[in-house]
Amino acid sequence: MLNTILGTLSSGVAASTSSYESIATFNATGSETTFTFSSIPSTYQHLQLRALFQRTTSTQLDVGIRLNSDTGSNYSQHSLSGDGSAVAAAGAANNSYVAIGVGPGGGTGNYFGASIVDIHDYAVTTKNKTIRSFNGADTNNAGISAIRLLSGAWYNTSAVNAITIYTFGDAMNTGTTFALYGIKGA
Amino acid sequence: MPATYEKIATTTLGSAATTLDLTSIPATFTDLRLVVVGADNDSAGYNIRFQYNNDTGNNYSFTDLRGDGSSASSLRVNNDNYIFAGSMPADINVPFLATLDIFSYAGSTFKTALVESSTDKNGSGSTRRLVGLWRSTSAITSIKLISNGGTYKAGTIATLYGILKA
Repeated sequence: MLNTILGTLSSGVAASTSSYESIATFNATGSETTFTFSSIPSTYQHLQLRALFQRTTSTQLDVGIRLNSDTGSNYSQHSLSGDGSAVAAAGAANNSYVAIGVGPGGGTGNYFGASIVDIHDYAVTTKNKTIRSFNGADTNNAGISAIRLLSGAWYNTSAVNAITIYTFGDAMNTGTTFALYGIKGA
Repeated sequence: MPATYEKIATTTLGSAATTLDLTSIPATFTDLRLVVVGADNDSAGYNIRFQYNNDTGNNYSFTDLRGDGSSASSLRVNNDNYIFAGSMPADINVPFLATLDIFSYAGSTFKTALVESSTDKNGSGSTRRLVGLWRSTSAITSIKLISNGGTYKAGTIATLYGILKA
């Protein structure tokens, strides 16, 4: 039986025999600059976060995650990205978050960025945590258009029980959703 | 109520064809995931392309990141009439893999998809990651696999999954 209360949202989930289960979903109302999935059960093997997002302002910046409310410099990341004309590689050590995507800014109407984030072995307490993100946004030249692959790490062996999403002070626009799923092992 | 991750349909080409269609897609899920494994029946390296709802207008665009074994590049195409998903290997016996993750496919905003394309031919090939956009607020009810002139080999298979959020 799977029943979870997560953050400021609650979603009861019926018992399921599926290997891929929905844990909870956050739907932005246009005023949130952060959201936390909390009390994540340790009953899965991996977690997947699927997101569709847009920022309220015209600034197009990263969307990031932190695990277990850790705001310390305990993360690192590497990325490979393309903007339609150039390819770039970047890295950040001793970072305070892992970037999971870039959100088109407000004023770009119906254009949203998308991201698939995988956190493998999130509840295994003998490993630091690996994060993988495939994300991108295309706006047909109305705003940002970029595709990015990113790998990140959280240098902590604790089981992940919370994921905080934040946009560095810029609110998430209505239509933004983050859906958290659990993937079972054999 | 559908399961969280559920197969909607599988379509397999019984003979070589220029298109492969998935139709009557229900609006009951949140996201769609399409997995295609196939080959170029003409061994010519034709493109893998997708269209939604039989829309052949210039309502698509994409931004691409590609590596071909010797260099990396990025391309953007605006106002096109398909979502590009790479090129098939120019060999009927070498398969390609393409996946399409479409977010909020039945929602009322434009449709964003993350696309992965993988082709390798032991000395040539490429891996691509793309973000594609369909500038329509309509729910996606069909997906068509097309190319730029060639045919897909018999046995090309497309499996469509629905993913449902809480």
